[in-house]
Amino acid sequence: MNPETLLGDTVIDAVSAVFMVVGALMSLGAAIGLLRFPDLMSRMHAATKPQVLGLFLLLFALGLQLRTWWAWPVLVVAWLFQLLTVPVSAHMVGRAGYRTKHLHPELLSSDELEAVVQQAAGKRGFDDENPAGFNPDDAGSPDRRGRLDGGPGAGSA
Amino acid sequence: MSRKRVSLRQELPLLVWLVIVWGALWQNFSPGNLLFGALIAVVVARLFYLPPVELGGRFNVLRAVPFAFIFLAKVVAASFQVLSLAVVRGPLVISAVVAVPLRSHSDLLVTATGHVISLIPGSLVVEVDRSTSTLYIHGVNIRSPEDAAKLRQEVRDTEAGLIRIMGTKDELSALKQEVGA
Amino acid sequence: MMQLVLTVTAVVLSLAAAGAIIRIAIGPSLLDRVLAADVLLAIFGAALCIDMAVNRHLNNLMLLVALSIIGFVGSVTVARFVADRRESVRES
Repeated sequence: MNPETLLGDTVIDAVSAVFMVVGALMSLGAAIGLLRFPDLMSRMHAATKPQVLGLFLLLFALGLQLRTWWAWPVLVVAWLFQLLTVPVSAHMVGRAGYRTKHLHPELLSSDELEAVVQQAAGKRGFDDENPAGFNPDDAGSPDRRGRLDGGPGAGSA
Repeated sequence: MSRKRVSLRQELPLLVWLVIVWGALWQNFSPGNLLFGALIAVVVARLFYLPPVELGGRFNVLRAVPFAFIFLAKVVAASFQVLSLAVVRGPLVISAVVAVPLRSHSDLLVTATGHVISLIPGSLVVEVDRSTSTLYIHGVNIRSPEDAAKLRQEVRDTEAGLIRIMGTKDELSALKQEVGA
Repeated sequence: MMQLVLTVTAVVLSLAAAGAIIRIAIGPSLLDRVLAADVLLAIFGAALCIDMAVNRHLNNLMLLVALSIIGFVGSVTVARFVADRRESVRES
């Protein structure tokens, strides 16, 4: 091995080493968040999201270490799969958590969904698929009304 | 069967994506392999029919690249923020559920906005109201109405960025008007 | 240097896994446990990644993708199930 590639190797090794350690720290952060946050929803913030960055850094380090161009597309695809699946599962768990009253109201500074759910529940019973599916003209908060730009189909669905 | 006929142009992005995934999984981008992948992609798209995603008909690469980098930077910054929040504040953290009405009514844009917002740590889509395209977002460390307004503004900025990338022309002109006004 | 990185990440990931397992054990509700199990899976994925990077191979990559899909399907299914059960309790 000639000297200049050796230097490049050292730099690449150093960068990937840093990325690997930081990526592992992201997992540790998720665990700390799991243990320290008080309720399910805030735990979810700590649990699912740092993993996105963690896996990105680890896959990047892996790509640097392999030093072949054909490894990159499959790494990108692996990361994209994670990008597509993480929000969906987080949303499903979060939604289930909200509906099964896993929230602690004393830990919320405001809950703008609560009023909507109450109103919809009072109007026509609790609808499983779409608890907030109601006519926006009846919405309680004036803030929400003011921000709707009244595009086609607003409130007519 | 009464399935709507999908035009090739509508299907093309899906097929290209499938071929790229095929090549990536085999780690082989030789023409023969890609051709075989394209064949399989067409067969799969015909056999396992799904309602097509209705794209806005435009995709602005010049806007998409900076958006991707800003997104990555936000993910990095917010990851460390949530990390420090977990370590420093821990059990005392205060959150909120914020309603954010979006401009666009297309399913694709609402989904994309929800995805991007969910991927940035510190915010999480709890519920979607499709009829009014309102996202209900649980944000961590939202202590005051000002913080909630900041979160709302961030979501709407994200949506604006996505509209600039792939919104329809109507949405784009509406956005331009709103910014100009 | 790679040996040092391996040691550091092994310690960090072990601590993280321990934390996730503690949350699985004490988690007050089912959803908490599912979430913690998801994190545990992600930690396994990170470990697979580091193994691949240190030993310079790609053999685990499909395992990694499969792992994330299992986590996704698992948490979505459980979330659905929890929602349904509580709903029927409320109605009855």
